[in-house]
Amino acid sequence: MAVLDPTPASVAALDEAYAVAPRGVWATIVRFLRRQPVGTLGIVLVLLFGLAGIFADFLSPYNPTANDFAAMTEAPSWAHWLGTDQLGRDLLSRILYGSRTAFIVGLTSAVAGGISGLVLGVSSAYFGGRVDLVLQRVLDIVISFPLIIMALAVVSIFGTGVQNVILAITIPLIPRCSRIVRSSALAIRAVPYVDAARALGYGHSRIIMRHMVPNVMGPFLVIITASVGQAILAEASLSYLGLGVQEPVPAWGLMLQGGAEEYATTAPWIAIFPGLAIMLTVFGINLFGDALRDVLDPKLRIR
Amino acid sequence: MYRYLISRVLLTIPTLIGAAALVFLLMRLIPGDICLVRLGSGGSSFSTDALLACHKEIGIDRPWIWQFADFLWGLARFDFGTSMWSGKPVITEIATRFPVSLEVAVLATVIAVTIAIPLGTISALRQNSWIDLAVRTFSIAGLATPAFWLGIVSILVVLDVSQVITGHPWMPPIDYVPLWQDPLRNLSIVILPAATIGYRYAAVSMRMTRSAMLEVLREDYIRTARAKGLLRRIIINRHALKNALLPVVTVIGIEFAFLIGGLVVTEQVFNLNGIGRLMVLSVQNQDYTLTQALVMLVVTIAVLSNLVVDLLYAWLDPRIALA
Amino acid sequence: MRGLALGAGVLAAAWGGAATADETPKRGGTLTFVIPADAPPSFDGHREQTFATVQAFAPFYSLLIRVDPANPGSGQFVCDVCTEMPQPADGGKTYAFKIRGDVKFQDGTPMTAADVAASWNEIIFPPSGVISPRQSYFLMVDKVEAPDPTTVVFRLKFPTAAFLPALADPFAFIYKREIIDKDPHWYEKNVMGTGPFKFVEYETGQSIKGARNPDYFRKDQPYLDGFTGIFIAKQATSVDAIRSDRAAVEFRGMPPSSVDEIKSALGKDVSIQTSNWNVGSSMTFNHTKKPFDDPRVRRALSLAVDRWHGAEALSKVAIVKTVGTFAFPDSPLAPTKEELQKIAGYWPDMDKSRDEAKRLLKEAGAENLSFELLNRNVDQPYKYVGLLLIDSWRKIGVNVTQKVVPTGPYYDALRNGDFTVAVEAPGHGIVNPLLDVQKELSHSISAENNGQYEDPEAADIYNRMLRESDPQKQHQLMLEFEKRNADTQAHQPFIVWWYRTVPYHSYVKGWKIGPSHLANQDLSTVWLDK
Repeated sequence: MAVLDPTPASVAALDEAYAVAPRGVWATIVRFLRRQPVGTLGIVLVLLFGLAGIFADFLSPYNPTANDFAAMTEAPSWAHWLGTDQLGRDLLSRILYGSRTAFIVGLTSAVAGGISGLVLGVSSAYFGGRVDLVLQRVLDIVISFPLIIMALAVVSIFGTGVQNVILAITIPLIPRCSRIVRSSALAIRAVPYVDAARALGYGHSRIIMRHMVPNVMGPFLVIITASVGQAILAEASLSYLGLGVQEPVPAWGLMLQGGAEEYATTAPWIAIFPGLAIMLTVFGINLFGDALRDVLDPKLRIR
Repeated sequence: MYRYLISRVLLTIPTLIGAAALVFLLMRLIPGDICLVRLGSGGSSFSTDALLACHKEIGIDRPWIWQFADFLWGLARFDFGTSMWSGKPVITEIATRFPVSLEVAVLATVIAVTIAIPLGTISALRQNSWIDLAVRTFSIAGLATPAFWLGIVSILVVLDVSQVITGHPWMPPIDYVPLWQDPLRNLSIVILPAATIGYRYAAVSMRMTRSAMLEVLREDYIRTARAKGLLRRIIINRHALKNALLPVVTVIGIEFAFLIGGLVVTEQVFNLNGIGRLMVLSVQNQDYTLTQALVMLVVTIAVLSNLVVDLLYAWLDPRIALA
Repeated sequence: MRGLALGAGVLAAAWGGAATADETPKRGGTLTFVIPADAPPSFDGHREQTFATVQAFAPFYSLLIRVDPANPGSGQFVCDVCTEMPQPADGGKTYAFKIRGDVKFQDGTPMTAADVAASWNEIIFPPSGVISPRQSYFLMVDKVEAPDPTTVVFRLKFPTAAFLPALADPFAFIYKREIIDKDPHWYEKNVMGTGPFKFVEYETGQSIKGARNPDYFRKDQPYLDGFTGIFIAKQATSVDAIRSDRAAVEFRGMPPSSVDEIKSALGKDVSIQTSNWNVGSSMTFNHTKKPFDDPRVRRALSLAVDRWHGAEALSKVAIVKTVGTFAFPDSPLAPTKEELQKIAGYWPDMDKSRDEAKRLLKEAGAENLSFELLNRNVDQPYKYVGLLLIDSWRKIGVNVTQKVVPTGPYYDALRNGDFTVAVEAPGHGIVNPLLDVQKELSHSISAENNGQYEDPEAADIYNRMLRESDPQKQHQLMLEFEKRNADTQAHQPFIVWWYRTVPYHSYVKGWKIGPSHLANQDLSTVWLDK
């Protein structure tokens, strides 16, 4: 009972008890690698494609946008390890640079969507009442609104291009992140400490930043990781429908559009390799995300 | 309990109105209009008089407030108007395309559930064995594979394999026939797209089944049952599975609403004349009435499934209702 | 001025397919063909612009005059419901058509000149509330009358060679006067015509079916018992459909990859017909945006485009082929290859072209130019033409990105001048170079000019050309006109003409390809050899 009497001393004590102690970063990583071999495989895959994208300038044998009308739809050979597409562009180079586009789009959308979702979810849980009601209704609308129509509209209004694709993909991610964050935050909000701290005059931001946000970090990190994969898949779908990044920018989804289906029987490598790239990257991200969740889930951790 | 029910139902109304306003606004912010698409599709020139006459005929020259009021009033009376593109009632346009999409969705669900529940259960029972690993890899791959790519590859494979086996490339029939009219033909059209969507659906459900089963299996009453010496099979079927099914059913229900997204791309790949393709078409044609109706349809389905799930949970766990 | 003699330009290469004079058509069978579009907006040819409407509904209707089905590329027009092509009277201002007496509507009632006149009046002088997008093609028409049940008279304001080709408009279905008088919108959802086929069924977004019209005025036609048009918007699916013989042909035209696929799948059972298409790709500069108000910059950008090699390379992956200007290449008015090669952008020496382009840009102070190219969200051939342009401009140091938008926003941007440089697809239903080049005229004269510029000198050349009767002099005037547009002023440089390739099952006979995918689609001459 004494715990609930809000004296400065007791609140300060509770402060320490409920605050999340900063964890040694290195120690976490090492423990992760040892306990989660599958997750490590995931990280390796992700790093592989990520680094390929970063160092594409050095790794690509050819310019990914250079048309070579003498070498159209060539099968994989020593000159072109993964073959060429219908304009003679080297597939390997396009896949390497495509990695860059995929990660830029994926990471930006996931981070933007995640952070927005975090802010909205925590605010919603913390302030409750009318704020919660209104925010949740707005997010309900966004989450039930068909993504394709939203994307089509965004693209028709703003045009295609990387920034607009990122916008179109970020919007549906926000409510998904916010929901997860909100349900975790609600649990923390219910702790009597928060009301006590408020009564003592602790500011909103201090309470939110020191107590609520760190405690939702676990599920938040998991959902953000999953969002990167989802964003990459979404970009691929949008490009397939012609709403994504535009030629001649190399992007995996774009490579699967148009030409890939036209040449599916005569030059199947045009369709197969970009799809494999997407699959392996998202596979790696999912493996990593799963392992991350296993590590961060308190229920499993205690065992 | 009833208070909870009423309040949840009432809360859907602002969502629906908000969605209506959003689609109304979004469509009108897109530059151009249906008359431009209709008259410009020939690629050649057309007179401005024709354009203006078209605007007047369709009614998009009126102020937005009037158009929105019309739209809302129509919704309230369940009158969804006529498609600006074809002049036919929106209901007709949607009704002719709904069966295909519904069939694919239902078949995908059947495939998903048939695969997911047994595999998820086995995976949980034999946690960390090679079966578990295989199933988990299978399901993670399912989440990682772009559905449309899978569709393209599967069409290719079917074409090539049929060519090798029968010497003649086989492709599903193009014109849709309902299930009762010609079941074989009908199934040959929907099976590939259903399998393509079903894979991802199965993956999600499989993972949920596995984790739900794992949680239940750790529960005390299961340990008690085992200690009592009950047959494993009985434990699983009568106790574990039933309790694990609740979150699984929830996930299946929620994902069903999201199938629409998968349908859009899949119908493009397999050239099915369904709701998904209609959505893409109606936005490209800038057919306001049709798009608005379609969005309201999808949003309503999503909102209703969420409502049902929420109510189900509240019914099963009264603490939620009292909160 | 009796039509244009297009001569030997049309390549009708038949791989053992098209009907030769000595083959007797067999009666019977149903032709299943693909219409590569989603559902057309309405059934009314008078109000629509899309080929989906024509290809689906032309078999139910007749026209007044039509493209010669035996030789659609010739530019000759023959009578459909008239008895013979009239000689223009009154200094070329009056055309009096005699109408056949044996034409019946599909409900049994006879068709008279009054129906023809009413149909044409709806097109040329649409009553209020009726949409007629091609109204501006008929500005030369003063009046259309039917003085008696067998004569239709067109009175023109001035004589012009542009009239007859316009009259052969494939969208100009002959409707029943009673019906359009009572309800001009009836034909949007219903069919009542005089054509070789009767309407059977229309399944939204799926198919359209027709059956032989036993009362068709050409007694031995149609040879087919019926037809089914299947709507398939997706290229890969229509290729698969033809491969697996669920459809026999797709009349619009396919890209080389699809043609190759069908060729290899059907082997010796394939026929292929090809033709220059009377639609092309061009680039339009928005003269109100700097620095495109400077002809040096425009000229430089046109010089940089490698048309000859680019067209050849693209012809392997896209539906393009012939390099030319706005005048249809098979027409006597079009510049010859030698004449072309003297125009900037068509020089055979590409290095010289690029050097000149770089020099011009430097002179105009626009060396590190970079801009956004407006393009339409359609693969063939817009995407490929866009890539050719971007690649060409990259080679002279100009950095270009694409803004690709769907149809609605595309036309909106064009009409509102909301772009810097755009890829366009000029072309009309019937080859009519005098009409086709109107797009290049000043914005105040031609509604088709999206470049927002005035060029009174060019308008002057055009007017002289329009009134010139000597074909040689006309050719020279056209050359002057085109040179000004493409070279001196580089207002809207043309890039390449599209190319129609139609591969189909060789059992389909009696259909001949022409430069327009809209014309010659009533299927009256088609028969099946099986």
